[in-house]
Order: sequence, then C-alpha cells, then structure tokens
Amino acid sequence: MAENREFMNRRLHSLLGVIPVGIFLVQHLIVNHFATRGPEAFNAAAGFMENLPFRIILEFVVIYIPILFHAIYGLFIVFQAKNNTRRYGFFRNHMFLWQRITGVILVIFIAWHVWETRIQAAFGAEVNYDMMADILSSPFMLIFYIIGVLSATFHFSNGLWSFFVSWGITVSPRSQHIMTYVTVGIFIILSVIGMRALFAFIA
Amino acid sequence: MSENKKVRFIITRQDDPESQPYQEEFLVDYRPNMNVISALMEIRRNPVNAKGEKTTPVVWDMNCLEEVCGACSMVINGKARQSCTALVDQLEQPIRLEPMKTFPVVRDLLIDRSRMFDALKRVKAWIPIDGTYDLGPGPRMAETKRQWAYELSKCMTCGVCLEACPNVNDKNDFIGPAPLSQVRLFNAHPTGEMNKAERLETIMGDGGLADCGNSQNCVQSCPKGIPLTTSIAALNRDTAIQSFKNFFGSDKI
Repeated sequence: MAENREFMNRRLHSLLGVIPVGIFLVQHLIVNHFATRGPEAFNAAAGFMENLPFRIILEFVVIYIPILFHAIYGLFIVFQAKNNTRRYGFFRNHMFLWQRITGVILVIFIAWHVWETRIQAAFGAEVNYDMMADILSSPFMLIFYIIGVLSATFHFSNGLWSFFVSWGITVSPRSQHIMTYVTVGIFIILSVIGMRALFAFIA
Repeated sequence: MSENKKVRFIITRQDDPESQPYQEEFLVDYRPNMNVISALMEIRRNPVNAKGEKTTPVVWDMNCLEEVCGACSMVINGKARQSCTALVDQLEQPIRLEPMKTFPVVRDLLIDRSRMFDALKRVKAWIPIDGTYDLGPGPRMAETKRQWAYELSKCMTCGVCLEACPNVNDKNDFIGPAPLSQVRLFNAHPTGEMNKAERLETIMGDGGLADCGNSQNCVQSCPKGIPLTTSIAALNRDTAIQSFKNFFGSDKI
C-alpha cells in the first residue's frame, strides 16, 4: 500500500486533528475555565485531571503521539503550498492561508507551553493556579498566550470545517456554507471560554 | 476621437524555456469592443514597443476564440482567464499579461499544458468501449443525470484552476482540480462506472485527491462554472468508502 501512503497520511492528519486533539483542546479549555471560579476551583479541577488513572498512557495515546504526528505532517503540508491570497483574495483562500499560519504558531506555542508546564511538572514543579498566574503576570507572556489560544481555537474550528469536506460529509456548497457558520460559532464560543480563563489568572 | 486613444499593455516575455523573463510595454490603438487577443494580433502585425523600438512579435496560443477550447489562457491583471473573452473595455489599464507560470513556459505567453493531459491519461478519463467483439449497447443514462453530467463535461482543460490552486506548484505533485472532476464525470456514466474503483484507486495515489487543501480558488476561477469543489468533496466521500472497502470488505470493485 506504499502508493496510498500520502492519501492515508492526509486522512489520518485530518482525523487526528479532531479526534483526539480537537476533543482534548475543548476539554483543556473547559478545565481552564474553572479559574473564573477562583484558585481553589481551578486547583481541584486540575488536580482531578492530574490524578486520572493511567495518566501517562492517556497522555501518550490521547495527546503526545497524535499531536506530534499532526504537527510534523502539518509542517510538511505548510511547505507544500504557494500561497496566493494577493491574487485570489477569496474567503476560503484566506482561511487556507490562516490555517497554515496558525498551525506554525501553534507548533511554537505548544512546544513552549508544554516545556513551561508539563515538563516542569516532570522535574517536580507543581502545576496549579499560582504557576499560571505567575507566567501570565508578564505582559509579554500574556500576549503570547492570547495569540496561542486564539490560534488554537481558530485552527480547530477551521480544521473542523475542512475535516467535514475531506471525509466527504459536507459535499454540497450549501452544506459547506452552513458549516462555515457553524464553525465560526464554535470559534467564537471556544475563544470566549479561552479568554475568560486566561484573564481569570490575572484578576 | 477614438483613433487617438491608446491601450497600454505590459507583457511579461520570455525568449525561450530557459531564459529569464522580462517585461515589455506596448501601446495599441483602441478600437471599440476589442479583446486582449485582437490587441495581441495588432502587436503581431506591427511589433513595435512603447518606446518605438522594433521588437519580436509576442507569442501566445489560441484556437477557437469563443472560450470553448481553453488554449488562450493567460494571467490577465493578476488573474488567470481566457484572453479571448477578456474585453479591453472591462479591464483596468495598463493591462498586464503574464503566462500561467504553473506550467512550463515555451515562449512569451505560450505555455505547455501537457501535465494536464498526462493526468487525464493517468486517471483514465474516458469510457472504455473497445472489445474484440461487439459489446452491444451499454446501460441507459437517465436524462436528468445526463443534464447534470453535461455541466462537468464542459471542462476544456484550460489550466485556470491549476494556476489558481495554491497546492499546484513545483513543491507538490498534485494533479489539480480539473482531472479530479473528470474522474467524477466518468464514474457517473453507467458504462464508465464499471472502472470506478480503478479511477478512485489512482486518485488515492501520490499527487491525487488528498493534496487538495480546500482553498476553493478553483471553483471561483473556473471560466465554465464547473462545481469543482463539489466534485472534490464527492470524491472525498467515494474514496473514503473505497478505502473502507479495501481494508474491511471483500467486494473491492
């Protein structure tokens, strides 16, 4: 099946972006949102996630392996395109470009974010409300996190739209058009949840 | 007064496939209702550039002059289209003409679209009816379906969709939207359908369907209004089913 590798890789890339990476993103943003209810609520929610049984296996199967494949193959896809939004300034062509821009931003942001939280935790640091409040007290880091979270919500929402096309679910122009509105809605809702959580740490 | 009015053209020229492109300006006498091709014919008749220097005539491709052959496609003011239906009155001046650089440039505005014909051969964009004996009449096609398929059959292999696509370039071996839509057309035909799995397997290979990044420039640019992105999404569904059949099922055809 060597000749089918590209086809399978692209389909797998599309699928993994939604399941499990997209699902994990939504879950992560919702857990973060506990910060709006105060440090204790956030620490309790984060503690629950931290104490899930088989955590290390869950992390590798649900997060690390899928996201690494998605990121590395995604970068390969990014460098295969010659963007032409200046000549062809259509909405979908802009979305095509922004999907790639946010993808590259996310590789940098997530690498930094994992280093600052999960890898530090492996070295013995405690991941809690104070850790995030400390990171976000720097205006530079706050801006970095705002860009990172918005990139993530955009990349997921727009990626969900193309997932529906790539798997042949939304075929007609009308269904694709309605899906655009649905995914714009998802982007707005997830962005509000993400931003509320971020600003809860600096309140 | 119309005799004095001039139309300014800035044309990207190239002397041979290997040489560097350069720009040359031309002033052409305005005539009512002229199109880009009539201006190019004027330049060919009197090859003198805007500085008054004698130059070589500009080379371009053309055939039908009524937007059904696809030969005269070029980039006009930044957008790929046919030069026969590009009316000077509707274009912003100066009018910039460039070759569609997605394809190898032969000379000036003349390009080599062989890769599109190679792709059509690869996906077997035809209906096999030859046999060693009379195969008899094929199954009938519903009239409503014929009318629908006619829209897909309008493709003239002009190359505009490939030029507009950000994923058709020298870093990528994507065959482009036009041959993909032809797969859908021939898979829809009652006789063509007999080779459906074979065509789907081909576009599931390298440079095939999966290289589409959904920028949807093709459907916006197609001069024939072919629903290219609908074809691609429909093929996405067909290939998903085909890949499930290949992996789980025994009925691969």
